[in-house]
Amino acid sequence: MAEPVQRQVSVDGHTVDVVSGGSGPPVVVLHHDIGNPGWLPFYDLLAEQFHVVVPSHPGFDTSQRPEWLRSVRELASLYQWLLHQEGLEDAHLVGLGFGGWIAAEVATTSHGRDRGLALVNPMGLQPREGEIYDQFIVNAEEYITAGFADIAAYHGAFGQPPSEDQLVTWEVNREMTTRIAWKPYMFDRALEHLLRGVDAPTLVVAGSGDGLVPPVCAQQYAELIPGAQLATIDGAGHFVEIERPDELSALVAPFLAKAHTEKQGS
Amino acid sequence: MHVMYFSEQPMSAYPKDEADKLGYSALLFSNEHFDPAEGSRLYNEYIEDFVAAEAVGFDGVMLNEHHNAPFCMSAKVNVMASVLAHATERVKIVLLGNPLPLADNPVRLAEELAMIDMISKGRLVAGIVRGGGTEQLSANVNPAYNRERFNEAHDLIVKAWTQPGPFRWEGEHYHQRVVNPWALPLQTPHPRIWVPGVSSPETIEWAAQHGYPYIVLNASIDSCKKIWGIYEGAAQRAGYTSGPEHRGYLIRIHCQDTESKAEEGARQFMWMQGEFVGLLHPVWGAPSGYLGAGARRPMALVRAGRKAMAGKVPFEVQAGAGSIIYGTPEQCIEKLRVLLTETRPSILSLWGNDGLVSHTDAQRCIELLGKEVLPAVREIGEDLGLKSPFEVGAPTSLAHPEPAMPRLVGAR
Repeated sequence: MAEPVQRQVSVDGHTVDVVSGGSGPPVVVLHHDIGNPGWLPFYDLLAEQFHVVVPSHPGFDTSQRPEWLRSVRELASLYQWLLHQEGLEDAHLVGLGFGGWIAAEVATTSHGRDRGLALVNPMGLQPREGEIYDQFIVNAEEYITAGFADIAAYHGAFGQPPSEDQLVTWEVNREMTTRIAWKPYMFDRALEHLLRGVDAPTLVVAGSGDGLVPPVCAQQYAELIPGAQLATIDGAGHFVEIERPDELSALVAPFLAKAHTEKQGS
Repeated sequence: MHVMYFSEQPMSAYPKDEADKLGYSALLFSNEHFDPAEGSRLYNEYIEDFVAAEAVGFDGVMLNEHHNAPFCMSAKVNVMASVLAHATERVKIVLLGNPLPLADNPVRLAEELAMIDMISKGRLVAGIVRGGGTEQLSANVNPAYNRERFNEAHDLIVKAWTQPGPFRWEGEHYHQRVVNPWALPLQTPHPRIWVPGVSSPETIEWAAQHGYPYIVLNASIDSCKKIWGIYEGAAQRAGYTSGPEHRGYLIRIHCQDTESKAEEGARQFMWMQGEFVGLLHPVWGAPSGYLGAGARRPMALVRAGRKAMAGKVPFEVQAGAGSIIYGTPEQCIEKLRVLLTETRPSILSLWGNDGLVSHTDAQRCIELLGKEVLPAVREIGEDLGLKSPFEVGAPTSLAHPEPAMPRLVGAR
């Protein structure tokens, strides 16, 4: 496996840190609200077939914060700009949790791209039953551990206990999440209407043990996006790409490969 | 000197043991523990206390508001101010203050305050605050934009008071198709604006940049001196020299006929587990984005339990340091003399009673403060040259330098 490459790009005069690796058709992974923890085994698995590109969202991790950026829809628009600038407008999109919401927003305003879309435990829709877990009432560790069905995977990924620098990075990301997703918390009522127009082949993955986003949200996505497929990983938590990377990539990689083949054939 | 009476208006009739069990007494502390019958009794007692403060010689009554917690049951400062606007005749009604960022329509606040100013015949001081961290959650207002909203709401309210309507307001957080309130303050150019706080340097500088007095909320004498250093520096940069008329201080002080009785009552200042606001919660007290970037690392550590929150200071230590004063009138006067000499404010707020102090004892405390302590405080203030904004006719602000004065009632 080739070593992942770190680089910096710029959009609207703000630097965005990007890590990428592997070769093949491009796949952009949009990370959770807690940031991108680094180059994950899940990315390695995707990189066996794809060129995997993981930006840290503007305002998250070490990417600079555009002060004007105040909604997830604005972040999605900024991503369209960034993807176009980097020649990635046709890249497949994998959205993890909060990143799933961003990816869905991108898909609602980029028809005719014919790229594959994989939404994993996506936020963005108001759950039919239950509520999305409110991170602002608890501290970062309480929030993130609630997103793990397997606590050993949490300790493996972030250390036991997480370092002080990790806590500060989470704080930066929590602040940026506050700026763009405070109210209504983690959903947008217009999205369910806009999703009906999404024309990308879409896979929605739910961890049945997701403690942050009720798994019914994945079902709602699958019902709203025409032709979308729904897959469930039994017992997996919200951070399924950390807990169960093999099972997740076994769902996502073939789906995107097929979407890519169909795209080539069209 | 301008001397005010203050009470946090505690919801003292709440089951403390329930909060102790949970470890918090705010936000998620269920209001099934709120007893409206006791609330009714307490509101009326607090109104009687403020009226009594006027009768015994105080210059002002200081009012505030907080939300979702027993430490303060005044949930809307303008409601209590409205009652007192009519129930009193002489005292300044000093609001410290309206939490501007929590308002979605600042023009409504401008109208309410104008009504209070007219009903009180020009006795309003319209102080403003950011609102506590927990209150960003209880009002569900984005803490990351708290300061932007504070600044913009202030600008809109002052404009509504000083420029004829109708005008349109299209800002970052507030959008008003027509600003044209049919209620304007009796005072011109507008009611005085004071800003209370505990430490945030940005707020201290903001107050100085506008020429608004800053009221230190019961900080230690050393912290208070640092705050005046920040204020004076910002005032110099804004082109003026600040003086006692820009400085206020709130002190907890319980006065009774005997020292032992006074100590018993003063210990009630610790009733919320030694904190003004009760059991602090490390996440709710300062939601992400509420404080400046410099607070990220310390707050991340505090929230994670890696760093202790500011520790509870025992009663004896606070009393020893002079941040809680108690005693007979003579003892209180001597302690206040030290405080006034060291911190030199012209605005002094006496927080007389808290917690479970009985209404009878609260009334006696107010009487002793007014009749015996106040005359001495005025003399000390005179000796130290501590002239209040009212005494020196201080500018209302840098933007509106005329001293605030009521228009003549019945002049036409």
